[in-house]
Amino acid sequence: MEASTLAVTILWSLLFIYAMLGSLDFGAGFWGMIYGKSEEKSASQIANRFLSPTWEVTNVFLVIFVVSVVTFFPYATTLLSSVLLVPVALGLLLLTIRTTFMVFQHYAGKFVGLLRVTSGVTGLIIPALLVSILPITLGGFISFEDDYPRLEYGELLTHPTLYMHVLFGLSTELFISSVFLMDYAKEAEDWDAYDTFRKHALWLGPVSIAVAMLTIGTFPQEAGWIVDNIEQNWLTFGLSLLFFLIGYVLLFLKKPDGRKGRARPAVIMIVLQYGFAIYAYGSAHLPYLIYPDLTVSDGFTNASTFYPMLIVYAVGFGILIPAFYLFWRLFLKDRRYLKQQ
Amino acid sequence: MDIVVMARALFGTSLGFHIIYATIGVGLPVMIIIAEVMYFIKKDNDYALLARRWTKAFAILLAVSIASGTIVGVMISLLFPDFMEIVGQVIALPFQMEIFAFLIEAVFMSIYLYAADRLPPALRLVSIISVALGATASAILITDVHAWMNTPAGFRMLPNGEITDIDTWAAFFNPSFGVTAIHVTLSAYMTVAFLVASAAALRLMKSKITDQERAYHKKALMIALYFGALMSLGTAINGHETAQMLHEYNPRKLAAAEGLFETQRYAPLSVGGYTSLEDQRVKYAIEIPYGLSFLAGDRFDTEVIGLNEYPQELWPPLYVHILFNVMVGIGTVLIAVAFAALFWKHVLKKEFPGWILAILVVSGPLALLAIEAGWCFSCIGRQPWTITDVLRTGEAATKSKSVGFLFYLFMSLYITLLFVTGFVLRFYFKRNPVSRDLSAQ
Repeated sequence: MEASTLAVTILWSLLFIYAMLGSLDFGAGFWGMIYGKSEEKSASQIANRFLSPTWEVTNVFLVIFVVSVVTFFPYATTLLSSVLLVPVALGLLLLTIRTTFMVFQHYAGKFVGLLRVTSGVTGLIIPALLVSILPITLGGFISFEDDYPRLEYGELLTHPTLYMHVLFGLSTELFISSVFLMDYAKEAEDWDAYDTFRKHALWLGPVSIAVAMLTIGTFPQEAGWIVDNIEQNWLTFGLSLLFFLIGYVLLFLKKPDGRKGRARPAVIMIVLQYGFAIYAYGSAHLPYLIYPDLTVSDGFTNASTFYPMLIVYAVGFGILIPAFYLFWRLFLKDRRYLKQQ
Repeated sequence: MDIVVMARALFGTSLGFHIIYATIGVGLPVMIIIAEVMYFIKKDNDYALLARRWTKAFAILLAVSIASGTIVGVMISLLFPDFMEIVGQVIALPFQMEIFAFLIEAVFMSIYLYAADRLPPALRLVSIISVALGATASAILITDVHAWMNTPAGFRMLPNGEITDIDTWAAFFNPSFGVTAIHVTLSAYMTVAFLVASAAALRLMKSKITDQERAYHKKALMIALYFGALMSLGTAINGHETAQMLHEYNPRKLAAAEGLFETQRYAPLSVGGYTSLEDQRVKYAIEIPYGLSFLAGDRFDTEVIGLNEYPQELWPPLYVHILFNVMVGIGTVLIAVAFAALFWKHVLKKEFPGWILAILVVSGPLALLAIEAGWCFSCIGRQPWTITDVLRTGEAATKSKSVGFLFYLFMSLYITLLFVTGFVLRFYFKRNPVSRDLSAQ
């Protein structure tokens, strides 16, 4: 494999991890808001119990992703940052408000209502902003003025593909988080919350698939290249769909105790579904980072910097594996944490 | 206003804001470790309580620290893309390592915060030590990039702007990395020590306070004073090495710091005053004869380079002399304060009177001010360069016109957050007073 292809594969892997963790994080914030005041309060508690210890780790993966883009593809920074300055800066602003308020709500209980709404609303807006970067890379929304790149806001904001992308991002986020929280509720043996999240997973699943397919239909004219690539990649996308179907069927299967849904296998299938989809989409996106101005090899750093960085990644994650294991044991497995009142 | 100025203002404000929280984030876990260790040795519950309450404050501040760190990390790429293009090729390594240090800190912080009661004591100590190591390592690694900007190494730039002969490790271990990393670490530890002293002194000044509470706050104050005395002394010794590093690798910055125009042996050290361009000297300063020469090279006849050796367009703004003096001045005062307080306590064996407590209350905010002045000095003193002698700030900055609007937006965010964090800290500690924790023991 060429070094630049390896780099972009790592980048997509990080994007995949962040897409999963981010969906859980933002989705949990949203569900926490929806059920915060209702009678199905335990669903909100489950969501928040998951969110408290995990948001910092999720946030770090966002930083890892950004730093990896800049360090693996330094020649891409000028174009990317000129074009994305405003959407990314707004995302940062909201992310700051979200993370600080989420922590503050633990320590200033009096304002819990306001803080909960903040976490829920930003749980929708931030992913919407992040996912709106995807259509920008497809082509047709960037113009050059004296060699200086500019994002055509008018063009972008009036194009249906932006809104379909956003809808796709949100339906995916809520689907992933509801399936996961269903499993989390099962670990906590909170069956009310379990039923609530299962109910949402059932309708969000098909909706997210339908929206994903419709979104491809709205790609801008300039994006013919990626549509062709997607068609060539049909096998991988097909596998992704297959995993979805298996996962969805698992939501209906009865367990020995008569309760509907096999939560853990369903989570694994859904993760595989998105894993395949993201790699298939990623390879369809090659060779461009941004069509038609920037390819993966244009942006790539030199090999003498790249290989030491690979070693840093290997060592870094190597050190962290026991830490992640401890983390998982304490917050995703330990009944004393899951079942506290 | 000019886009470059706005970009600098936006990034500078973001960094200035982050530094407050980041400094506390680096130092406070070390204070928590000290309290945990004291508890382990003395089996005195007060120390366990100190660790617990500092952890609460730490958690509140860490939220802002992580969020603002994320802003700074992303913003630098957004606002200075051409700078990051070079960074990505030459000094990407510490940036990447920093993320892993940050990740270690985040993971163990969650563990320490949300699972402390379920952990065996040894694992609890491992967790908080990991938090401290992660925080300090991340400060050191980011400082590495900053040091490299001051004393770039490990590459060559061709006239067409192409980067060649990249030596990743030479860049990593650039000439100022060692001294600067130690400087940042020790000064952060020192600042947090004085902030803790401030908080404890403030409580001790209250008239309505039980003996039990008084004993508790005194323990906090004594930990802070010992640690603060040690760290401020360390910072000063290291500050001397930093000056010698500047003399060797960055004489222009040293000349600007000291307002020295003519290259000379037996150069005096100017304390206070302001640098006057017309008079070519520092006005209203106290001059210590031969001081600067001795500082730079440990000999009175060391030749110190003056600003006139360089074209004026390459001078940093002359007011950096004031920033430099604020940093050094406060550092010196704080050493005196810490040692005087310890002398009072251990040699004179007397209680602290109100006026000493009042001085201690001010010490924390002063230390923070010194940190801000130091960072401003280091970054403004590098101007007009972003990477010394390689890339000018004007060339590195974005050309996007949206920067102005973002500046005002983020300014409002920072001001709001400063107030909100203050408010949340007050709210939490008012509602959970130490007296209640103490009587629960």
